Amino acid sequence: MKDFYLIYKNLTRKKMRLFLTTFAIFIAFLIFGAIMTLRSALNSGIEMSADNRLVVMHKISFTNPLPYAYVNKVKAMDGVKDVTHANWFGGYFQEPTNQVVTMAVDPESYLSVYPELVVEPEQLENWTKDQSGILIGERIAKANNWQIGDRIPLSSNIFSQKTGGQTWDFTVDGIFKGNDAKVDTGYALIHYKYFNETQAWGGDSIGWLILTTTDPALNEQVSKAIDENFANSNSETKTSTEQAFNKAFIDQIGNIGLIIFGVVFMAFFTILIVVGNTMVLAIRERTNEIAVLKTLGFESSRIFKMVLVESCLLAFLGGLFGIGGAYLIVQGAAKEMARFLPNLILDEAIFGQALIYMLVLGLITGIAPAISALRLNIVTAFSRG
Amino acid sequence: MTTENLFELKNVAKLFTKGKETISIFEGLNMHIKKGDFMAIMGPSGSGKTTLLNLLGGVDQPSSGEISFDGQRIDNLSESQLAKWRANNIGFIFQFYNLMPMLNAAKNVELPLLLTNLSSSERKKQVATALELVGLSDRAKHMPSEMSGGQQQRVAIARAVVSDPTFLLCDEPTGDLDRQTADEILEMLQLLNSKFGKTIVMVTHDPSAAKYATHTVHLNKGKFVKAEELLV
Repeated sequence: MKDFYLIYKNLTRKKMRLFLTTFAIFIAFLIFGAIMTLRSALNSGIEMSADNRLVVMHKISFTNPLPYAYVNKVKAMDGVKDVTHANWFGGYFQEPTNQVVTMAVDPESYLSVYPELVVEPEQLENWTKDQSGILIGERIAKANNWQIGDRIPLSSNIFSQKTGGQTWDFTVDGIFKGNDAKVDTGYALIHYKYFNETQAWGGDSIGWLILTTTDPALNEQVSKAIDENFANSNSETKTSTEQAFNKAFIDQIGNIGLIIFGVVFMAFFTILIVVGNTMVLAIRERTNEIAVLKTLGFESSRIFKMVLVESCLLAFLGGLFGIGGAYLIVQGAAKEMARFLPNLILDEAIFGQALIYMLVLGLITGIAPAISALRLNIVTAFSRG
Repeated sequence: MTTENLFELKNVAKLFTKGKETISIFEGLNMHIKKGDFMAIMGPSGSGKTTLLNLLGGVDQPSSGEISFDGQRIDNLSESQLAKWRANNIGFIFQFYNLMPMLNAAKNVELPLLLTNLSSSERKKQVATALELVGLSDRAKHMPSEMSGGQQQRVAIARAVVSDPTFLLCDEPTGDLDRQTADEILEMLQLLNSKFGKTIVMVTHDPSAAKYATHTVHLNKGKFVKAEELLV
């Protein structure tokens, strides 16, 4: 603690250099925070996937429907616990740009397969009874300021009503939440039965099946059994874990992981060189002062620690500002992008990771100058000066 | 003044290796410094003055021979033990003051006290006393860049005495100062020797500075010689 004042004075002795170095680190952690949050948002579907949840879709594409009869056939198979199904409704409110992701489901079985969705019992009962009711996610409700009892017209850009038109009127019967902050609540659910009876074409078909197995160890066996059972039929299936299904969906955008790794790595590598070079120069110009400290009786190991602490402080100073800046950006963007990226959250995991990287940056950039300070010979230093 | 030896050098040799060549600075050097001495060491450049000062200050170690301080061998101490020994026993005064440019006078003087277990208030009290001793109480908050050479050297003296060491080592302490300021600094060293009993060894080129010492030794080519021999 006694050395802290000395470390602080060394760190702040050249204000412009301190500002520029801190700014470089600030930029690196700003990028890190923002990009890692983006990756986390894109991967949240994968992260939140249940171990024992499988998705069965048409072998060609998930846009091809499956016969409704598959629900009971799959339910009867060994190792299957619960089965539900979903149809993509699409959906937008008033303007096509105002998207409301909506799926037509069987209420009871859907919520038993997705136990992470939490609905007040009274709201659930109302929705179950009301065929033209809609259960909306908390995020959608907040984004549109919808409340229970509201009548909302939703249009589909895929389906038409038997009576003509592409707009269905729904009553908001309930709002579901997630049992975890990362659970996606950015979509809405309508009754499959009502949807199926009122839509103009494609009756008695479903978009895909979702099932849970009795044990995650049976996933592969059950997947294989389902696909073999429907092989050579008109609608062959492709069964995968929910995690693989979500990942495949994300991978359509591109190899996000590789892009993010590339950007973060390049930013860090550049900053590492800048900060490392600054630290080496800073210590080099202090050769005489380090020799004086050693002459006065400061042990080499103590000076070594002082240099390392100084470089770590520098990394934390810029890093914390950077991650703070990223937090503000994410907070601002989260509101704007709630519909497309509902889980844009700079959470504790990213913050913790950033803290580790700040420490690593501080140690890497400080180790070389700290070693040269440790090894500095007093006589040689004074003869140089 | 006591006649007890504070420093004793027995058969000390110091060799430097430069490439394939080995250069001998001292061979078989013997000397002693009594407690309470104010010794001036004079000699031409390359005579080994600074090397001797480094050995006495424990910042360098002899190639062979023994160096004892107050009866304890210091030539066989580790680097860490020597650092502690320097902190406890030696005050250093350099030609170019060597103050930390980012610290004010008081904080510069406080540096050796950071190596002690004194509390912050005790340290402040000792710093104030040391600055008063050198007549710079009113300059405590001034940065080195805001002070003259003489004032900076007085801060350096305050830093050297703040932890009350037995022994002061001065390397050309007036080499960078004008005559009048040099005399003030030398009077201060004299006072530290006569009134506070500090043992002082001062390396100097300046015969006028050497006059302030209680006695002078002359070094030439690694050997102590008489003053007349140095002039030949």
